[in-house]
Amino acid sequence: MVSCPTVDAMSPALEFRDVSVATASGRQLLHEVSLAIEESTVTAIIGRSGSGKTTLLRTANRMVEPTSGDVLVAGEAEQDVVALRRKMGYVIQETGLFPHFTIERNVGILLEVEGRSQSQRSNRARELLQLVGLDPATFAHRYPHQLSGGQRQRVGLARALAAEPKILLMDEPFGALDPLTRAEMQDMLRELLHRVRTTVLLVTHDLDEALYLAHHIVLLSEGKVIANVARDEFLRSADPDIVDYARAFHRGESNARGKVSAV
Amino acid sequence: MSSPFLSQYGSEIGTLTLEHLWLTGAAMLSATVIAIPAGIWLTRSPRWAKPVIGMTNVLQTIPSLAMFGFLLPLPWLGERAARIAIIALTAYALLPILRNTYAGIRGIDPTLIEVAKAIGLTDVQRLFKIELPLAASFIFAGLRTATVTCIGIATIAAAVGAGGLGELIFRGVASVDNRLVLAGAVPAALLALLADAALGLLERRFKVPTPESARV
Repeated sequence: MVSCPTVDAMSPALEFRDVSVATASGRQLLHEVSLAIEESTVTAIIGRSGSGKTTLLRTANRMVEPTSGDVLVAGEAEQDVVALRRKMGYVIQETGLFPHFTIERNVGILLEVEGRSQSQRSNRARELLQLVGLDPATFAHRYPHQLSGGQRQRVGLARALAAEPKILLMDEPFGALDPLTRAEMQDMLRELLHRVRTTVLLVTHDLDEALYLAHHIVLLSEGKVIANVARDEFLRSADPDIVDYARAFHRGESNARGKVSAV
Repeated sequence: MSSPFLSQYGSEIGTLTLEHLWLTGAAMLSATVIAIPAGIWLTRSPRWAKPVIGMTNVLQTIPSLAMFGFLLPLPWLGERAARIAIIALTAYALLPILRNTYAGIRGIDPTLIEVAKAIGLTDVQRLFKIELPLAASFIFAGLRTATVTCIGIATIAAAVGAGGLGELIFRGVASVDNRLVLAGAVPAALLALLADAALGLLERRFKVPTPESARV
């Protein structure tokens, strides 16, 4: 067996190696996080507010620079920040659609700055709008403020996929939506991920969302990984941290069934 | 105004109006070329924003007659009155343009700046595709204020012999001839109104589409 020390075909799509992040004032946001994310899998990062979920996600595209440790994409540390970011789609709760661009231009912005022709951009944008369930004829020439929250989130997803990223980073993508719209979006995303085989890192505090969409679930607490398990193992786990989290999440449910009496 | 008056002064009013336009135009052009890049630079180094904007603010408070007077004895400038006028008018035009460029860009929703970076736009792409278009109506509002101010102050440039419509006003005051004063003041006011309307149109044209059609 010959071992190849640099790049090999088996390198995970995205790997965090002992990633630590501290603020200028010395507060430790992440503490030696190591995590390997296999290609074409969906990994959900869950945990309390302030546990470092978003910070971890943002070290992947270097919106946050690790204080120490490395983030590797397909086994390599990409030096050029712009090139790195273009390999990764980015979806956030507030969508961040550009208000002065039409929907079509919002979706095609990366192709635009990469110098693709108008017709290429337009075709790709329309294809993507279709993919996220928006009729291109209706929506291509509208502006973001003319769309509902759910529609905007679909456009945000289309934009993230425009340049065919290897990795999709999603930070609470559906957190601001009402439960029905959120469920629709989750269905749409799940179906879409079957067709677009991309590697997804999903930050959410919605355990149901994590269980519904992800193959792996990573539980963070105070900047440390305290559990990293496959979805199917999560609910069976006897790990006290996991049990606590799951119980806290499903309180309302058992309450409604009358298993827990109100105090 | 009687028509013999117009036939006597008509061509002079025309020439002085053109001169007035040239002084204001040249000053606005140089102020724009300085203040917009400076405003952009301040958004990149915000710790300089207070001192720099403060300095242009001080320029703004110098009485215009005094400003023209200060510049008169300077070596190269003093040779031609028009140079003094253009420099002084440029100084007055800086503040509104600088302040609005800075505030316009700083006022953009930070999420948008964040997303522009995160999806992989370069700094230059972010500036030209996102920041300047989103701040454009603010910047035009600054240009508008600066232009109207400049057209007004340019009438005082006649005091140092730089010409422009102020010449008719000063002559009218000296000879107690209200017709002459009006012959200078009315075209100057019309110029200001026209410039205001034209830049107002541009300002609206670049408004970012939102349901409220207003962005803070």
